[in-house]
This record gives sequence, C-alpha cells and structure tokens, in this order.
Amino acid sequence: MTDTTTDIVTVSLGMIALLIALTMLGEFMRSRVAPGTTNPVVETFMLRVHTWWAMVILLALALLSGHTGVILLAAFASFAALREFLTFAHKRQADHISLVLAFFVILPLQYIFVGLGWTGLIAVFIPVYAFLLLPIVSALRGDTDRFLVRVAETQWGLMICIFCISHVPALVTFEIEGYGDRAILLILFFAMVVQLGDLAEYYAGRRFGRRRVAPDLSPKTREGMLCGVIAAAGIGALLSWITPFGVAGAAAMAAMVSLTGMLGSLVFAAIKRERGVKDWSHLIPGQGGFLDQLDSVIFAAPVFYHVTHLIYA
Amino acid sequence: MAPKMSLPRRIAARLVGHVLTFIARFITAVRAEWKGIEPVQRQRIYYANHVSNADMPMIWSVLPVSLRRKTRPVAAADYWLKNPLRAFAGRDVFQAVLIDRRPDERTEDPLEKILEALDEGSSLIIFPEGNRNMTDDPLLPFRAGIYNIGKARGHVDLVPTWIANLNEIMPKGEVIPLPLICTVTFGAPIHVEEGEDKDAFLARAAAALVALAPAEKGA
Repeated sequence: MTDTTTDIVTVSLGMIALLIALTMLGEFMRSRVAPGTTNPVVETFMLRVHTWWAMVILLALALLSGHTGVILLAAFASFAALREFLTFAHKRQADHISLVLAFFVILPLQYIFVGLGWTGLIAVFIPVYAFLLLPIVSALRGDTDRFLVRVAETQWGLMICIFCISHVPALVTFEIEGYGDRAILLILFFAMVVQLGDLAEYYAGRRFGRRRVAPDLSPKTREGMLCGVIAAAGIGALLSWITPFGVAGAAAMAAMVSLTGMLGSLVFAAIKRERGVKDWSHLIPGQGGFLDQLDSVIFAAPVFYHVTHLIYA
Repeated sequence: MAPKMSLPRRIAARLVGHVLTFIARFITAVRAEWKGIEPVQRQRIYYANHVSNADMPMIWSVLPVSLRRKTRPVAAADYWLKNPLRAFAGRDVFQAVLIDRRPDERTEDPLEKILEALDEGSSLIIFPEGNRNMTDDPLLPFRAGIYNIGKARGHVDLVPTWIANLNEIMPKGEVIPLPLICTVTFGAPIHVEEGEDKDAFLARAAAALVALAPAEKGA
C-alpha cells in the first residue's frame, strides 16, 4: 500500500469508529423509549446515521479507487443535483434542447476536462462557453415568455450543480511541492471539515442557539455557526497531517470553507423558500435531496480550490 | 386473466418490466406519494391525467411489484399493436387491456372488455380524458367511460392519480427525455353515488384529480 492509501484507510477507519459509536448511541436511546412506541427525534437521528454510513463507505471506496472513482462519484452527484434544481426551475418547451445539452453534453464534458486535468477549461467552460451557447439554443426556438428568467435559472443551475461540484475532484489536479501524489487527500480533508462543521453547527444551534442569522429564512443561529466553525477548525487541525497546510494553516482553511459552506446553505434556504419547497427531493433518506446534502459543499468547493491554488500550488 | 404466455416469453416480459422500471427510476427518480390510500392489495381503478406516452409506464413503475402484477393498463389497440415490439410491451410486459378506438369497425365493446378484466380480479389504469392533453388546461373533459365502469362495478375504488412533470420531461415532438423528477400522487378513492348522474360524477372525478396537482411554482 502506498502512503496515500494508508492515510485514506486510516481516516476512513476513524470515521467508521465514530459511526459505530453513533449507531450504538442511537440504539441505546432507542432502548430507553417505552416499549411499543418510538421517539421521532431518535428515529430521525438513526435514519441520518444510516445515511452517513452509506456516504462514508461510498466516499472511501471512491477515494481508494483513485481519480476515476472520485470523478464518477462527483459526476453522479452533479447529475442528481441538476435534476433536482431544474425540476423547480422555470422552463418551457423552447428550452428542451438546451436542457438536454446541459445534462448530456455539458455535464460529461466538464468531468472529462477534470479527468484530463485541463484546468484552464475547467475554469471557463461553463462560465463562458455554456453561458453563451445555451441561451442561443433557447432563443432559436423563438419563445420569449420569461426568457431571461429561464436562461438565467438554467445558467445558475449549471454553475451550482456542475461547475462548483466539479471543483471537488479537480483538487486532484494540483501539484503541490513536497506533497507528491497525495492531492486526493485534499478531497477527504475538505469533505470531512465541511460535513462535520455542518453537523456541529446543527446540533450546537439546536442546543444553545439564540440569535438567528437570517430570521424567517433559516433556523441557523450565530451561536451554532460559531460552534460549527470552531469544530471545523479543530477537525482541520487534527487532520493537518494529511494536508500540505501545516496545523495552523489546516485549521484556518477548515474554518474558512466551513463558514463559506454554511453561508451557502443559507442561499439555498432562500431559494427553497421562494419556490415553496421544504426539500429538493426525497432521494437521501432523512436528509431530503442531493442538493440539501451538498449545499455547503457546493459553495465551499471553488473557494477551497482557489485558495489552495493561490497559496500552495 | 391476462393472456397465457409461454415460460421464456413470460421471463422475457418480467425482465423487460424490471429494466423499464429501473430506467424510469434512474432517469426521473419517479416516486409515489400515497396521499389518500395505502399501497395494499385491493381492487382499484387508477384514473390519471394523460400528457405523454410515458404516463402509463410511470404509474406502473411506482406500484409495488405485488400490486403491479395485478394491475393492467387500459390502452389503445391501434397504438400497442402497431409493430411486434410494441405488441410485446403492451400485451406481455404491461398486460394491457387493449381496446379498439374505432367505433365503426370494432367487433368488441370496450366497456365489456374492461368489465371482464375487472371481474377476473385485475386492477386497472385508465386515462379518462381519452387522449393526450396538449392544452394548457390541467385536464381535458372526461369521457363517459369512467362513469359507466364505476356504475357497473360500484365496489371497485376509483383512485385519482396525478402525474406531475411529465410534460416537461418529454414534451410532444421531442425525442430525448429530460431527467427531471417525476411524482405520481395517489388520492382518496371515489365511487359513483346512488342516483348520481353522469355529468355530476365526471365533474367530481375531475375535481378530485386536479386537487392532487402541485401548486404552480414560482408564478
């Protein structure tokens, strides 16, 4: 086994140990409710723990199978996210071809560029070429009803669901001095600090949360977000050995991506509120849809990518 | 009973059925919402809105396997018998009750064929609008068929079944489907009341179906 593989296995085993502890905690709480009844809070918690099991195993397998595995996993996440986003977007039959192109041409191409490591195209393909092409395709069909709303929402979906998510596997393309082929570990670091920071924010917010960040929009509180960012920084420092950042650098990076992610999920809360939906879909048991699960990752990924690039690569 | 099939044909039909269900789930993540009923073994007529040729396979896909095997769509013979492939799908995979849409030339009464299938214990999927709805209205006026069936077999539940989003997934004239999320909502069953006349019942049935449609989003 290479060092990189050993490190992936080590961190995965750590996660699995944590999940075993959480599963046992859940079963313990289950055993304390009166026989024949169920406690909805405990059941929701257990449903989430089961989903985390699936996510940890999936991510570990993808990382172990290398660059291709990570790209395929991210491409599938993009597909699922775009499907949810466009289901609730404005569209008319005139957009049919451009939406087909979005799913079946632009999405695969972006991930092919990631696979080839063409960092220049990764950065401009969707913000420039898709941005210009798709409205042309829609305009050629001649339907002007809410035209700008339609093309703007489509482009937003492409940026969020394809461009941003593709920056996670794109981390592998970095060549950082003295870090060798270990760039894939950046993905593990990134996923762990964002997700665990979110989790800390959620549970701390429920316990000590007082002042809401965006009243009427989201239950997120300043206290919860502060706890989440601190927890993310702590986890980042603990995981600094798999990064090229050093302990202080890893903590700072973790705090930054965690905060960006939380603010990103506020943006998604605003969109859901406007569209009158609670969750984007039902596909992830206990967590809503892929977009509900990935909202913070989506906002944090390009920021993490570019800051890493600026400072270290 | 559904037509008798040889064993290899039956296996092929089952296999194709599973593949179709898988494709429907993968592409559109199609999901059932059981709002007014539970998915249990009970004889039912699912009556649905009709905007695309994919409507029937969608309802069929979201039914649990044990219910699906006993549920037969009522469909147009001219469409499903057009070529051998469609005939295999229509007759063997979906086990459709195929009815002749040409009133002057047909030899069998569609209503009798439908009642026969009901009397054999099958549940049915019907599209009471008769044709695909290409208008901006939520529903076309219902044909009398659903009233006649409901009157003749009053004990069978008539279940309103709303299919959302399919007109965006596959608008008429487009070739490639869009992978958007499709939802099939099953509402509370209705029956033809004692002495209820045709128009009153059809209006009530249509209202029960439209009530399941999700609110216009973002408008």
